[in-house]
Amino acid sequence: MRGVAGRAGRRFVSSLPALFGVLVFTFLLMRVLPGDPAVFFASGPNAGQAEIEDIRRRMGLDKPVPEQLLLYLRDIGTGNLGRSMTTGQPVLNDLRNRLPASLELTFCALLIALVLAVPLGILAALRPGSVVDHAVRLLCTLGVCVPTFVSGLLLIYVLYYLLGIAPDPTGRIDIFASQPPEVTGFLLVDAALAGDGEAWWAAARQLVLPACTMALFVLAPLARMTRASMLAVLTSDFIRTGEALGLSRRRVILVYALRNALLPVITIMGIVFSTMLGANVLVEKVFSWPGVASYALDALLSSDYAPVQGFVLLMASIFVLVNLVVDLLYGIADPRVSIG
Amino acid sequence: MRALLEVEDLRVEFGTRHGVVEALKGVSLAVGAGETLGIVGESGSGKSVTAFCVMRLLDRAGRISGGRIRFRGEDITRAGRRVLAPLRGAAMSMIFQNPRAALNPIRPVGAQIADVIRAHEAVSAREARERALALLEAVRIREPARRLEAYPHELSGGMCQRVMIAMAIACEPSLLIADEPTTGLDVTTQRAVMELLAETTARRGMAMVLITHDLGLAAQYCGRIAVMEQGRVVEEAVPDRLFGAPRHAYTRRLVAASPRRDSTVAGLVGEREPETVTSSGRRLLEVAGLRKEFGGAAAVEGVSFHLDAGESLGLVGESGSGKSTISRLVCRLLDPTAGSIRFEGEEIGAISAGRFHRSPWRKDIQLVFQDHGESLNPRFSAFDCIADPLRRLLGMREGAVLRTRVEECAARVGLPRELLGRFPHQLSGGQKARVGIARAIAPGPRLLVLDEPTAALDVSVQAVVLHLLDRLRREEGLAYLFVSHDLNVVRMMCERTIVLQAGRVVEEGRSEALFAAPKAGYTRELLAAIPHFEPEPEAVLE
Repeated sequence: MRGVAGRAGRRFVSSLPALFGVLVFTFLLMRVLPGDPAVFFASGPNAGQAEIEDIRRRMGLDKPVPEQLLLYLRDIGTGNLGRSMTTGQPVLNDLRNRLPASLELTFCALLIALVLAVPLGILAALRPGSVVDHAVRLLCTLGVCVPTFVSGLLLIYVLYYLLGIAPDPTGRIDIFASQPPEVTGFLLVDAALAGDGEAWWAAARQLVLPACTMALFVLAPLARMTRASMLAVLTSDFIRTGEALGLSRRRVILVYALRNALLPVITIMGIVFSTMLGANVLVEKVFSWPGVASYALDALLSSDYAPVQGFVLLMASIFVLVNLVVDLLYGIADPRVSIG
Repeated sequence: MRALLEVEDLRVEFGTRHGVVEALKGVSLAVGAGETLGIVGESGSGKSVTAFCVMRLLDRAGRISGGRIRFRGEDITRAGRRVLAPLRGAAMSMIFQNPRAALNPIRPVGAQIADVIRAHEAVSAREARERALALLEAVRIREPARRLEAYPHELSGGMCQRVMIAMAIACEPSLLIADEPTTGLDVTTQRAVMELLAETTARRGMAMVLITHDLGLAAQYCGRIAVMEQGRVVEEAVPDRLFGAPRHAYTRRLVAASPRRDSTVAGLVGEREPETVTSSGRRLLEVAGLRKEFGGAAAVEGVSFHLDAGESLGLVGESGSGKSTISRLVCRLLDPTAGSIRFEGEEIGAISAGRFHRSPWRKDIQLVFQDHGESLNPRFSAFDCIADPLRRLLGMREGAVLRTRVEECAARVGLPRELLGRFPHQLSGGQKARVGIARAIAPGPRLLVLDEPTAALDVSVQAVVLHLLDRLRREEGLAYLFVSHDLNVVRMMCERTIVLQAGRVVEEGRSEALFAAPKAGYTRELLAAIPHFEPEPEAVLE
């Protein structure tokens, strides 16, 4: 166990330079992008040059870029991510308020995707070339090909508009339901903690459609990976041993094959999770989900530097964190890893 | 008496990309209760397919197209899973080659043994664990209580095979099929494992089918031996008769090709002994005080030896003895921690391994690898494989000169010219070995380092390749550093032999003298562990 922790520690330290690189890169990128925030935030189209200059000075944009970078780094060091010009709030607060929404959505989507993808992958691997295999392949291809905003809208159209099963696809909770007292920011968890079954149900209903939309998109990598690694494991020697010594089919597949086959899936899971959290901005937009990705997109469109930089930093940190968790999980799942 | 296992006229087909291939063409065998039957033959003879048929472990492509398999009188040729599952492991079980891969890598071995017990008997987890512990003791694993929690990668190959045996005998089956159980293990480990198998089966009254390519092994442990060739049993007899007076031409060939204590390279292929080469006496390689550490532990320690031009020196030892490390150090693929390597009086040990390919000595020291398939670039045709060192080391460019040289090299190793356009996967094992050797001699080396060059080959192919190597050395005046775990091969191929143990030289001397009268206890132990099939051998060894 100490070996695993040591490995995780080394991993963390070695990812610090990358984090720093991300910081500098986004900072510079924001500076070279077209659009002048001062003009954007000036009172109106007929604001005078003096007013714009004044805003510039207040935002620190009149200083040379290297100096701005140093100031920015100093602020980061003191935990100050700046203030959003659009919301008027400190970026840290904004992110803190919105991150649970994104995380809750992503976690649920990942859970749905795994619950679907792993059995589908196993089924496909057990009968390669069969109807099941082809059906799974078709589903995966569709999941990847259809953009999330299309599949999201399709789900809304069918389930909300035509059938009326799903609730109004806006926001995290039905506007008429009472918000549970905030503890973790995860509505499902908060509602459960408060013992408010009604609120929990309301939040869960809102969550199902966007989570399914997201899950559909990442179904393919997970299912295909499960299938491929399951296929490889099923032909390995120790599966033959299990068969030769009369272990039940169930045990051979679930304990011997699947546990080995899931090792690469853990790695993919980390990547999929990070991608979903940041890149599925479209899902957040379609379902008016108050998450961090849509927040960052809005900020980007209005040349609001601080939120975008904060968002990128957050994503990079989460990416590092997720990799660490994957490393730890892998170390626990595969005893061979802990040697190094 | 009714036999325990009867195989009657068994036929098996494999559906491949090139149509249906018949792997078994009417195999009939019978094993009585408590009997030990050996099945010998070369790769592709169908011996493993026969075993897999009995256990019904054939992969999807294989299909039993005819014949019958009866176990305890019951026809199981087409039995379904429901009939087979209670039989497998409980009535008949199987152990495999490469024991480490045959165990689940991420499950403690104790749990794996318990899995087998609980698959057949309704016992509690605790009881299964206790029985697993008793089984580990029975297969003589030291500190069995601690090993219960060990994972396969934490155990040696020999220990993994013991665990595998423990799993196979856990539910007291009456038949044990051992498919090349000791291939890839050291000779002393092989002996310990085989003795354990023989003793276990005898004590429990189990019948055993031992599948092996090693005639000596079969002779030593089996009451009856069946010889298979191309999907047929060509001869079946008790060992003394089979090896003393083989009747079938294939058996005779197989017996002749297997190295024995007194065989010679020429004798293996049925040729007359050539004249012995006299060493030139010119010093080619001088190694002194060689030391190599990996992570602080010395893999090679204080090794010194020399090699004259045209001489052949054997390095023998078990896994972990440092023989491969030494060969890599001499080839300059690894940097020594200390010591000197002098080639023709020049210190080449100081040139770092990463830069050695640019030194003028690179073309003088070449390597022949163990795995001839893996050591050839799969995207290179045989021609390109042989031409590659010529292009890189001698700077030969495309054209008639290059082609002539490659063809000449191919001719020297007996590789037909029309095979030069083929890719490695289109060549047989022996042909790949020839390409590997041609590649090594192409730049005109003076020292050839051969790292187990025939370990992966069938005996008949091995005989031909050894003969080729021996002839090349005589004709070209090459010096060989010959690394092998097979003592008989080293004795035939090398004038002098060095025996290594744990990175140190245990014994060194002229091969005939060393093998006839070994001085070190370790050498005696190694020699005694070699299974043999020739009659009255014990007198020499005891």
